[in-house]
Amino acid sequence: MANTLNIIQAINQALTVEMKNDKTIVVYGEDVGIEGGVFRATVDLQKTYGKERVFDTPLAESAIVGTAIGMAINGLKPVVEMQFSGFSYPAFNQIISHVARMRNRSRGQYNLPMVIRAPYGGGIRALEHHSESTEALYSQIPGLKVVIPSTPYDAKGLLISALRDPDPVLFWEPKRIYRAFKQEIPEEAYEIPIGKAKVINEGKDITVVSWGAMIPDVQKALKLIEKENVSVELIDLRTIAPIDRETIAQSVKKTGRFLVVHEAPKTLGVGAELISIVNEKAFLSLEAPPTRLTGFDTTFPLPRGEKHYIPSPERIAKTIMDIVKY
Amino acid sequence: MDFKKYNPLENKIYQVLNHKGEVVNKDDIPSFNNDQLLYLYKMMLYTRIIDDKALSYQRQGRMLTYAPNTGQEAAQIGSAYAMDKDDWLVPAFRELGAWLVRGVPLKNIYLYWYGNEWGSHMPEGVKVLPVSVPIASQMQHATGIGMANNIKGEESVVVAYVGDGGTSHGDFHEALNFAAVFKSPVVFIIQNNQYAISTSRKIQTISENLAQKAVAYGLPGIVVDGNDMFAVYNATKEAIDRARNGQGPTLIEAYTYRLGAHTTSDDPTKYRDDKEVEEWREKDPFIRFRKYLVDNNVLDENWEVETKTNLEKEVMETFESIENNSDTEILDIFKYHYEKMTPQLQEQYDDYMSFLEGGK
Repeated sequence: MANTLNIIQAINQALTVEMKNDKTIVVYGEDVGIEGGVFRATVDLQKTYGKERVFDTPLAESAIVGTAIGMAINGLKPVVEMQFSGFSYPAFNQIISHVARMRNRSRGQYNLPMVIRAPYGGGIRALEHHSESTEALYSQIPGLKVVIPSTPYDAKGLLISALRDPDPVLFWEPKRIYRAFKQEIPEEAYEIPIGKAKVINEGKDITVVSWGAMIPDVQKALKLIEKENVSVELIDLRTIAPIDRETIAQSVKKTGRFLVVHEAPKTLGVGAELISIVNEKAFLSLEAPPTRLTGFDTTFPLPRGEKHYIPSPERIAKTIMDIVKY
Repeated sequence: MDFKKYNPLENKIYQVLNHKGEVVNKDDIPSFNNDQLLYLYKMMLYTRIIDDKALSYQRQGRMLTYAPNTGQEAAQIGSAYAMDKDDWLVPAFRELGAWLVRGVPLKNIYLYWYGNEWGSHMPEGVKVLPVSVPIASQMQHATGIGMANNIKGEESVVVAYVGDGGTSHGDFHEALNFAAVFKSPVVFIIQNNQYAISTSRKIQTISENLAQKAVAYGLPGIVVDGNDMFAVYNATKEAIDRARNGQGPTLIEAYTYRLGAHTTSDDPTKYRDDKEVEEWREKDPFIRFRKYLVDNNVLDENWEVETKTNLEKEVMETFESIENNSDTEILDIFKYHYEKMTPQLQEQYDDYMSFLEGGK
């Protein structure tokens, strides 16, 4: 059976079906219970599965993650929500010092199957701290997996994979496109493998890699250059850690050109890592410098300025053409 | 024992044996038989020998940084002895006596301090979490383990340790609050040894005592003489019983003193008076417990000498067994970050191995 859902509904459906399959899953965080989350990702879960498995907590991110560590050690599979990824910093210590390390520290005795969900990214005209793209901060930490979907189909399949993963997964959700479009997806559970990028369009002139809420903007850019006779291979990275190096290397070996588009700041970002991969694995195929188009090395602006920060389809289109004409 | 008689807001302190080994609270002597009393004493001896040997190995350059426990044995052993078989222990890092009572082999403990992660991998059935270095962060894990017990309907409880410095940390407060809100079956034990490295307990808070911190979170708190084995045991037992009966968490401040250094890396004479240390030496939990055993004709001196000799031998043999046989397996460095190594990790491992092999 199929149903037509947007990303937030797909996330809700992933949790709903998986909580039925796996009785060890518990869902908690700030406002996730009665309210169903500020974006409604967990709506009706408490009604369906009860207050014991779906509940609201005091407002303290460190303890939300810290207690989830204890729960995972004690045989449950906690799915906790950081209300916004920009509010995850109080939990930073727990995530980096313990979530990421417990398995290695105990030499495999305590693995922590848990999922930390958070809406990330800007473009929703929000207050300060509600627009950050924090994936790079976590992706450098050994022991974590970081996943970002860009479609309802992927959101559901990747979240189910995260829920079934024996390792801790940070599931960062592109809130700008939570409700941007719908897709027909299966009602039942299905998995999309973590660590595998997806080739959205095959092409031969340039490889463009992006993820999350930037994917639709890149697609808009491709529409703008439709008539330019440029064949673009668009890749949705989907997993930021560990990066699928093979798919990217293979693509650049074919196209000889590389652009990464992301929303987070440029310097020391995920784009820098991707360019290193291109240099290491596809250097001899390159016909133009591998390039980044990203947010600025600035604080994410308040709503009156955010349109300048996020790379627009026009800038993406121009950058692609510049690389192709290099 | 009755917690209500020792209201931390009135700065009361619970004691059974005073520093001279005299019984000041006759009704509260635990009903231990002689074997139990001698076991507790043996654990104190064991703890102290392990400390002394570790310090001397460290001075000989055979041991890395080590955090000594001397002076805190009653707080550690008395509390852990109140636990049941299936209960969880969540340590900070200075919990030697508690580890031993809960069945952590000395080999693990020495291996940890010797710098090998396998020291933190406990034998099957030993529900003791690894050392947690980031101060107070482990308190939240304890709360979470207890919350999971409530969800799963399991009867085990959690005993978690933190130091006086840890009570300044946000994680400490969040853990207490979550535990109270969710009635998590946890006993939080503050080993107040008066110093966080060089920083005096008086700088951590102007509260008269640390057990008062419980009041605002709506859970019971009590200060116990942490150098009094019986007081520590009784208070922990009472708190564990409450937790097991669904009455939620308790905060216990074990008022004690670190007679040694924070770790082998610091010099306590720089931040505290000899006079203060001397005063606390008189309150040594070891002296007082031993006196009680002698006064009550429990301790046979021949047994004591023999036990000490055997323990010393065991401790030396254990250390020597790891000393020449504890280098990290290279694959282990890579292997345990994920269930399955990522392609990146596999590549880095392979590159390093081929470098090593090529260098031969």
